[in-house]
Amino acid sequence: MSRLDIMTPSRAQTVIDGLYRDVERRIAASPPGLCPVDLAMNFLNLCHAQTCGKCVPCRIGLGQLSALMESVLDGTATMETLAIIERTARVIVNSADCAIGRDAARLVLDGLAGFRDDYEEHIMHHRCLGGMQNPVPCVALCPAGVDIPGYLVLVKYGRYADAVRLIRKDNPFPSACAYICEHPCEARCRRNMIDDAVNIRGLKRYAVDHAGIVPNHACAEATGKTVAVIGGGPGGLSAAYYLALMGHKVSVYEKRRKLGGMLRYGIPAYRLPREVLDEEIRSILSVGIEVHTDVNIGEEITFDELKSQYDALYIAIGAHTDKKTGIEGEDSEGVVSAVELLREIGDDNKPDFTGKEIVVIGGGNVAMDVCRSSIRLGAKKVSCVYRRRQSDMTALPEEVEGAVAEGVELVTLEAPVRIETDEKNKAVALWSQPQVIGEMDSAGRPRPKKADCAQRRIAADVIVVAIGQGIETHGFEQSKISVKRGTFVAQTSGQIGDMDGVFAGGDCVTGPATVIRAIAAGKVAAANIDEYLGYHHEINVGVEIPTPRLNNKPPHGRINTTEREACERKHDFQCIECGLTDEEAHEEASRCLRCDHFGYGVFRGGRKGTW
Amino acid sequence: MVTLTIDKKQVTVPENATILEAARSANINIPTLCYLKDINEIGACRLCVVEVDGMERLVPACDNVVADGMVVHTNSPKVREARRTNLRLILSHHDVSCTNCTRSGNCVLQTLANDFNMRGTHYPKKLRHEPINYTAPLIRENDKCVMCMRCIQICEKVQSVKIWDLLGTGSRSVVEVSHNRHIQDTECTYCGQCITHCPTAALRERDDTGKVYDAIDDADKITVVQVAPAVRAAWAEQFGLSSEEATPERMVSALREVGFDYVFDTDFAADLTIMEEGSEFIERFTNKAEHSWPMFTSCCPGWVRFLKSQYPELTENLSTAKSPQQMFGAITKSYFAEKIGVDPKKLFVVSVMPCVSKKSECALPTMKDACGEPDVDVSITTRELNIMMRANHIDPRFLEEQKFDSPLGASTGAAVIFGATGGVMDAALRSAYYLITGSNPDPDTFTAVRGMDGWKEAVFSIPGAGDVRVAVVSGLGNARKLLEALKRREVAYDFVEVMACPGGCAGGGGQPIHEGCELAEQRGGVLWRLDKGETIRFSHENPEVAALYRDFLGKPLGEKSHHLLHTDHTAWEMPTAVE
Repeated sequence: MSRLDIMTPSRAQTVIDGLYRDVERRIAASPPGLCPVDLAMNFLNLCHAQTCGKCVPCRIGLGQLSALMESVLDGTATMETLAIIERTARVIVNSADCAIGRDAARLVLDGLAGFRDDYEEHIMHHRCLGGMQNPVPCVALCPAGVDIPGYLVLVKYGRYADAVRLIRKDNPFPSACAYICEHPCEARCRRNMIDDAVNIRGLKRYAVDHAGIVPNHACAEATGKTVAVIGGGPGGLSAAYYLALMGHKVSVYEKRRKLGGMLRYGIPAYRLPREVLDEEIRSILSVGIEVHTDVNIGEEITFDELKSQYDALYIAIGAHTDKKTGIEGEDSEGVVSAVELLREIGDDNKPDFTGKEIVVIGGGNVAMDVCRSSIRLGAKKVSCVYRRRQSDMTALPEEVEGAVAEGVELVTLEAPVRIETDEKNKAVALWSQPQVIGEMDSAGRPRPKKADCAQRRIAADVIVVAIGQGIETHGFEQSKISVKRGTFVAQTSGQIGDMDGVFAGGDCVTGPATVIRAIAAGKVAAANIDEYLGYHHEINVGVEIPTPRLNNKPPHGRINTTEREACERKHDFQCIECGLTDEEAHEEASRCLRCDHFGYGVFRGGRKGTW
Repeated sequence: MVTLTIDKKQVTVPENATILEAARSANINIPTLCYLKDINEIGACRLCVVEVDGMERLVPACDNVVADGMVVHTNSPKVREARRTNLRLILSHHDVSCTNCTRSGNCVLQTLANDFNMRGTHYPKKLRHEPINYTAPLIRENDKCVMCMRCIQICEKVQSVKIWDLLGTGSRSVVEVSHNRHIQDTECTYCGQCITHCPTAALRERDDTGKVYDAIDDADKITVVQVAPAVRAAWAEQFGLSSEEATPERMVSALREVGFDYVFDTDFAADLTIMEEGSEFIERFTNKAEHSWPMFTSCCPGWVRFLKSQYPELTENLSTAKSPQQMFGAITKSYFAEKIGVDPKKLFVVSVMPCVSKKSECALPTMKDACGEPDVDVSITTRELNIMMRANHIDPRFLEEQKFDSPLGASTGAAVIFGATGGVMDAALRSAYYLITGSNPDPDTFTAVRGMDGWKEAVFSIPGAGDVRVAVVSGLGNARKLLEALKRREVAYDFVEVMACPGGCAGGGGQPIHEGCELAEQRGGVLWRLDKGETIRFSHENPEVAALYRDFLGKPLGEKSHHLLHTDHTAWEMPTAVE
């Protein structure tokens, strides 16, 4: 026997390492609706297999916990069992020697707190509250419920106009979403079980780029009913579009000069080209929607006037005011909010940052939009100041990477303290306090804490605050719509409390969220306003979806969308993303597993042809 | 057309045919368990898997379409291994107690297990042992369920009701009553289509034969049996008799052999129903403004339950006439009891029905009009009659033909067609025509309401009354379509016949089960043939019905009729449907 050996993994270990990766991907592909108790028990079994066997709580306790949970699932447990589970888990957390036991039991405790009603339903009624509402993971996760397998197969067969028609059944913004949707649909794509999620948004972009002008469905017979939509963003226009298709007379009131809301005044043109946005809005308006721009509610017209003039109202004013940091010097010259800056850019009043040093405070997607826009406006240096780590930023990782590639400096673990001004009250620098990352907060994000070092000065000509948005309630004070935590309170139907015929949705109800959620809220509101007006119009586009054909689906890498080179794109506001090539699109579309047919889909239909 | 090769045979089939359909067209048998044509083609049991050249894995034949040049192997070693293993897996979750199972001998799983020579156990048995609810007319036994999903699909797709659902997820998913309810608390119509499409005994009707034996064996009870029209078209299928051999007269003998004291005919009550319901229609039609339209037939309890739970606002459109089963019971325990001079409480009325819902109808609190006890004591299905015949070693092949007893045994051609879709309407129109005009039409005037279309409509001009717009639907999915069209005012009718089961009672949920066959049309054909062969084809010419009115009831819609033969459909509660 040699004194030392070089470690070489055994064949079994190599295979197991592969299985770990497979399981990680598989967990990512879990569809919503699964029984949480069943999953928790099986996670626990996995944890139990990791135990070394030395200590009692972990070696024996985890197994007993699992058996107790199984008795819950089998319907043989009592409420006493729940108490035993809780006590056992607590003791394992408190007395296990290492993280293997401690954190396995913590999973159980978290579950007891988080889905106790599921436990109780199993115990008391021998029933499970779980159940898959929608058999197709991507459709289940799309807030608007767009028929994704449907349009992917249409792309595969080259029927791009039909793909656009099919998307418009649930989402009148196929192009905008093709460029900028956060694609929650991809998160739990079943393809993850084999290799990687299908590039759904990339394929949608291919469809809209190749469909040409696709006429809209004809409107239903005029009902004579009138609806006012306040706010011409994605949510308001979605509601307006479907209500117009249903035969109602819709008028949109928009505060700004142009329609589009955050699509125009929040999202920079290099992500969503203005000609794409303008064409999409033209298409939506083509179904016959009246538009009034530059109208402030409470000034040119009051809420009550609108309410008395129309049969129903939809409020979709978004979240267009900015949050303040509250630090000293924030109101000095040279300090702007992200919303203001992006709004000016949206109205084509681009400031000139040539040669300037820009400091951006914040770590979300809006902060990245500001950083990358500043680079394009000619800034000499752009620093993004954030009090946590890069990995804690709420911006999408690809946005952060893109910004870095274009030359943005990430100044992480620095908490803004004050803004230094010159004698003319003009900002000249941001002072920040270095931070150390600390313990997790209740949401599982690590909290930064003051580091034991001196404050730092970051020179700045312009400081942009991008730490979040709120809603502008001005003009609605007299409306008696209740506001809670800075947003309007509406039911899941969109209806406002006991206010007859008034609906609200999108960012002004949820707080700043995503475009697709605003669109979904508009769709929901349209359906419920239609019912409120006494109708039951159905939206249906009659696009026939090709039947799935037998197809081997061997593992195949995901075909990603590419971007223009950073050194080139950073000089202009042209679209940075390159569409898929014909070859790429057809290969990628073939990766779709057709969950609308295979598996649960064939049983449950997998498709809602009308709503 | 597409040409492919299956087991070395060239097969040419239409483009969108499935591999299964292609194979069957070439007489190549691919076993299936969950498959139900057009209704459940979901590839759940994985017994129909086949090998396709070029495909790495096996593919289910039931839900994959053919392609030109495809080469299919339906019985390769890989296929056989998969089928046998999957069958063993299914059996490991199945309560294999064939000796005391109602579907023994008529079970798809049992047949497959025998075909595949499944001997011994291969996997440890894993049953859920869930308690069984024996009180409702419809019983579900989870340990017999193979999770084929047919019940869910037939209920939702054909009947447009959603009683069954796949609940839970993962290894514990289970077919159960939707929304975690008990069956009695649901809008279930008890049509029984889930039972006749269940491949095993996971779904069955409540076995009420014990109560019948108790009554027969009770010296103090006089047992009276009535047989529904559609039963005579199916009662001897299990015994291998042709429809020509299986005459109603031979069925009468079988019932006497079972031990009933009086063998009567629900057909008699069907003629009586026509007298009441036809007269009611004429009364409503001549006082149009006082009623909601159209008038709906009320003889199908599945339909009544459907309407009351799904469209309660239309309940008053139902004819107030009781169903033939209930009219029969009420007349037996009044008129007949009087006639033979016994206390009606000594009479025990059994009905043999092609129906499961009749079990719930006879138990309604409103169906006790003759003497305060249920007018019909027990309702059994055609299948239960077959069980009783087998238990009594009755071989109908060797039975002589006998007549129904009198006075509730005479019937007409108009009554026997009650068992087929369109039959009630046809019979009603024949007599309505007479009641209005005073003369009989040709009994084959109203053929437009016959046939297997799910939704038929016609307009008949009756001299003196004008145009009567009628519609006939069978299957509750069709009924819903009609009701929705009525609500949208796309259609307008005066009289609508609804039967809950596709094809009418001939395809009823209490009829014998034949895997993969829908026999409603064939059985209905038997009934239409019997009608043709009758010398009397009009309900108003039934001599015993005429005697009943003369000696007891007086006239249709008279006071006695009102008390015994009509009902208030709003006087009992029906759970409303869950959205």
